[in-house]
Amino acid sequence: MAYYISNIARSKGDPKVLHSGPSSLGAADRMAKALGWFSIGLGIAELVAPERFTRALGMEGKEGLVRAYGVRELGHGIVSLSPDKHLGLWSRVAGDGLDIATLMMAMRHDNPKRDNVGIALAAVLGVTLLDIIGAQGVTARHSRPRGRPRSYRDRTGFPQGVQAARGAAKDFQVPPDMRAAPPLAAVSDRAPQERARPH
Amino acid sequence: MRALVWHGKEDIRCDTVTDPEIEQPRDAIVKVTSCAICGSDLHLFHNFIPAMLPGDIMGHEMMGEVVEVGPEARGKLKKGDRVVVPFTIICGECDQCKRGNFSVCQRSNRKKDLADKVFGHATAGLFGYTHLTGGYPGGQAEYLRVPFADATHIKVPDGIPDEKVLFLGDIFPTGWQAAVQCDIQPTDTVAIWGCGPVGQMAIRSAVLLGAKQVIAIDHLPERLEMAEAGGAITINFDEESVIERLNELTGGEGPEKCIDAIGMEAHVSPSMPDTVYDRAKQMLGAESDRPHVLREMIYVCRPAGVISIPGVYGGLVDKIPMGQLMNKGLTLRTGQTHVNRWTDDLLRRIEEGQIDPSFVITHTVSLDEGPEMYKVFRDKQDSCIKVVLKP
Repeated sequence: MAYYISNIARSKGDPKVLHSGPSSLGAADRMAKALGWFSIGLGIAELVAPERFTRALGMEGKEGLVRAYGVRELGHGIVSLSPDKHLGLWSRVAGDGLDIATLMMAMRHDNPKRDNVGIALAAVLGVTLLDIIGAQGVTARHSRPRGRPRSYRDRTGFPQGVQAARGAAKDFQVPPDMRAAPPLAAVSDRAPQERARPH
Repeated sequence: MRALVWHGKEDIRCDTVTDPEIEQPRDAIVKVTSCAICGSDLHLFHNFIPAMLPGDIMGHEMMGEVVEVGPEARGKLKKGDRVVVPFTIICGECDQCKRGNFSVCQRSNRKKDLADKVFGHATAGLFGYTHLTGGYPGGQAEYLRVPFADATHIKVPDGIPDEKVLFLGDIFPTGWQAAVQCDIQPTDTVAIWGCGPVGQMAIRSAVLLGAKQVIAIDHLPERLEMAEAGGAITINFDEESVIERLNELTGGEGPEKCIDAIGMEAHVSPSMPDTVYDRAKQMLGAESDRPHVLREMIYVCRPAGVISIPGVYGGLVDKIPMGQLMNKGLTLRTGQTHVNRWTDDLLRRIEEGQIDPSFVITHTVSLDEGPEMYKVFRDKQDSCIKVVLKP
């Protein structure tokens, strides 16, 4: 609906959107976008309030690690929102592995917040599944299929053939404002006395 | 009417929108019969060029039939005329237009204040290419309002299929200008980075203009094959070193003329570490463009050579080797295409059978399929090189 607001930049006779149609964005692209923004949000939260995470998970003293993970999440988010979204989502999958390993370490018996860690672990596993589905989806949607490309061997563009085309536009006069310095060959063809002498 | 509308990054939709209306006396309305997706549309698709707004209609390669003409355009256009619409909107009367520098027309950018702030001085208005160039609705639609229509058109005769003349509006003159501003001599080697649609047109233009050898660089087999069909020697950068091979093909001297038909989105590969660096910076918003091709061209170009840049750049680039550029005395030629400067001559060459630009079309689909084709074209799926849409 943002196009309604942008209509203020248009003149009276410019066309304006009445009904929106199908988009170039596929379901996988939309999922990548959502996961990218989720990464950005999580990254900011981890950077700004790491103690909330460590306290809830019984990981006090690991605030630096959570901040580092926040930076990592921001990176995943930026790449997932870019045209290279498949890289972003696969990097999220790798990051999920790191998150799972970290949470597994916090699942020790003496951790009073062990239940919270279990919930977090389940959430991360769920998100990992979404990341894998999303990464596979965008990779499949945007990859060049393997196999032989079409042949364009006959696409010369010259109805009379390439040989006839070579130099066929020699009658064209290059405008004065587009002329280059004298060609190197012309200089080397000059009489010897015209050549620069070595000092 | 239906139109392909930008809603955000990678989000193009086929929407129902209101019909365009004549606003100024020099306007005309064109019923679009064919339009195309351009490689530079992908920069907008990725939202790498600022100042797109949700609701903007895409497209700057289109042609069709004039169905309504404003009072001041009637001397030059009439209902029923068949026209290709150049992507640059031109008044035809300002100092720059009179010099043939149509892409920097001083009057056609209706958002001049914004463009002045960003570019220093505004450039011409462009169709469907951000509010920095006027915020004009584009031509991937059933109808298009053409401002300054008495100057902004290329009349084409009946009897030639759309596919042969459609690209007069952008990629053909863009490839042509890229080659022309190299001032190609019969002794020259012209190296062209990128075998997308503009690269393919630049290859054909360099061949027509009589280059000794034309070398095309890419890594997609189907694009390299099309380049080879057009008379180029090809280099697959996934398989060999571009610099070593170019030096080998030029007796160790380097090509005299280099053309960048890639622009701001160079391919990213760990085998070219600077591209990874650029991509990372681009994601963080610390650099808008990935100028790997520029770096490589400056390095390999023969001293006193010419570098021609038709590829679109959007903003800021990093690590450009100015020392090499300056000490080698290279000439850098850039710019959006002065389309109307070349089109009479190019139309004649098409009519005479010197060239048939339709060779580049690999997909022809309806406008409704446009959103999906943006994805197919971007991902280089189904050997896609050029998409033509039929509204």
